[in-house]
Amino acid sequence: MYTTDMSGSKKAEAVAEDPAKVAAFEARVANDEFIEPKDWMPEAYRKTLVRQMSQHAHSEIVGMLPEGNWITRAPNLRRKAILLAKVQDEAGHGLYLYSAAETLGTSRDEMTEALLSGKAKYSTIFNYPTLTWADIGAIGWLVDGAAIMNQVPLQRTSYGPYARAMVRICKEESFHQRQGYEIMMHLAAGTDAQKRMAQDALNRWWWPSLMMFGPPDDKSPNTEQSMRWRIKRDTNDDLRQKFVDITVPQAEAIGLTVPDDKLKWNEERGAYDFGDVDWEEFYAVVKGEGPVAKERMQARVKAWEDGAWVRDAARVHAEKRAAAKLAAE
Amino acid sequence: MSDASKEWPLWEVFVRGKGGLSHRHVGSVHAADAKMAVEHARDTYTRRMEGVSLWVLPSAQITSSDPGDAAALFEPAEDKVYRHPTFYKIPDGITHI
Repeated sequence: MYTTDMSGSKKAEAVAEDPAKVAAFEARVANDEFIEPKDWMPEAYRKTLVRQMSQHAHSEIVGMLPEGNWITRAPNLRRKAILLAKVQDEAGHGLYLYSAAETLGTSRDEMTEALLSGKAKYSTIFNYPTLTWADIGAIGWLVDGAAIMNQVPLQRTSYGPYARAMVRICKEESFHQRQGYEIMMHLAAGTDAQKRMAQDALNRWWWPSLMMFGPPDDKSPNTEQSMRWRIKRDTNDDLRQKFVDITVPQAEAIGLTVPDDKLKWNEERGAYDFGDVDWEEFYAVVKGEGPVAKERMQARVKAWEDGAWVRDAARVHAEKRAAAKLAAE
Repeated sequence: MSDASKEWPLWEVFVRGKGGLSHRHVGSVHAADAKMAVEHARDTYTRRMEGVSLWVLPSAQITSSDPGDAAALFEPAEDKVYRHPTFYKIPDGITHI
């Protein structure tokens, strides 16, 4: 899974810093060196990274909900085992990323609190409901496919712990996409009703998947700085185009139709021309108006609150045992 | 909720990929105690046979060198090229050395 870049229209604030240190930092990054946790870094770099990485981690965690919805209703044991493994991977991805973000001096609890209070964002894609089994196929194929496109370049991102987390995530993500495509392939080759179900899922998930790459380049004011800092390596529009070019033939191969009447191969560009994304809808979902945004947050808050006694009990038990051990020595 | 003292401590995780290799740092987990840290490390970092052995230790127990001291610590080795075998010129005819 991946997060949408939602830095919005705000320009990152400039803070007065030692120009020599800033220059040395910029030179290191320009030289494709990795920045490690204890190295000096500009405050804005640290802040942008915490925002991007925690947002990414939150997306992995919230992303478990739409798919978790189908675990008990997977059509057979094979599919159920696969879906369980995939959802567990999403939890793992969230944890790699939280752990990497913590190296920047923000605690796990601070990040959790930011998510639950609505202060932190997560990918808009997870605020859409999973209505049928085919949605599980569409999510793996399209949503994880878009995530891979976003994440592969981030394996070379300038912040060491983030880059290392991305290497692990990318290795696992490919399974997610292939299992999703396999679901779609089987449905598309099935009965008329199954084929309709697959097409319906593609219809509903196509545009939200294109939105995952974030706002168009001219509405993404921090792209330039993030690219200079190597915490973003391609522009939103470039990645979106790449995704369309790769995915359209995959749909055609299994007899499904991408729901875009402006979609057309452009011989001159060697790429597909495609219709406009509904950015009004995107910004509305970012603001929390997604079809199931409230349910998603309610589920996270409930999980956090229901788990509080377990966290407390385990902590108190560990403290008691540590004290007893100390007394016995 | 943001009371840092209520958070489970952080543990650094090291995995031995297979016999014959040393343990390598892979990331961290939160856990109430060492036993739970091993369990969390297992679930988080070895879902695909990435390892045969785990080490966990409290992150707070690690002492690391300061990046600011890197020059003082590591640069003296730079002018000691005679520590490398390639420093020594051996004539072509001499073998097994």
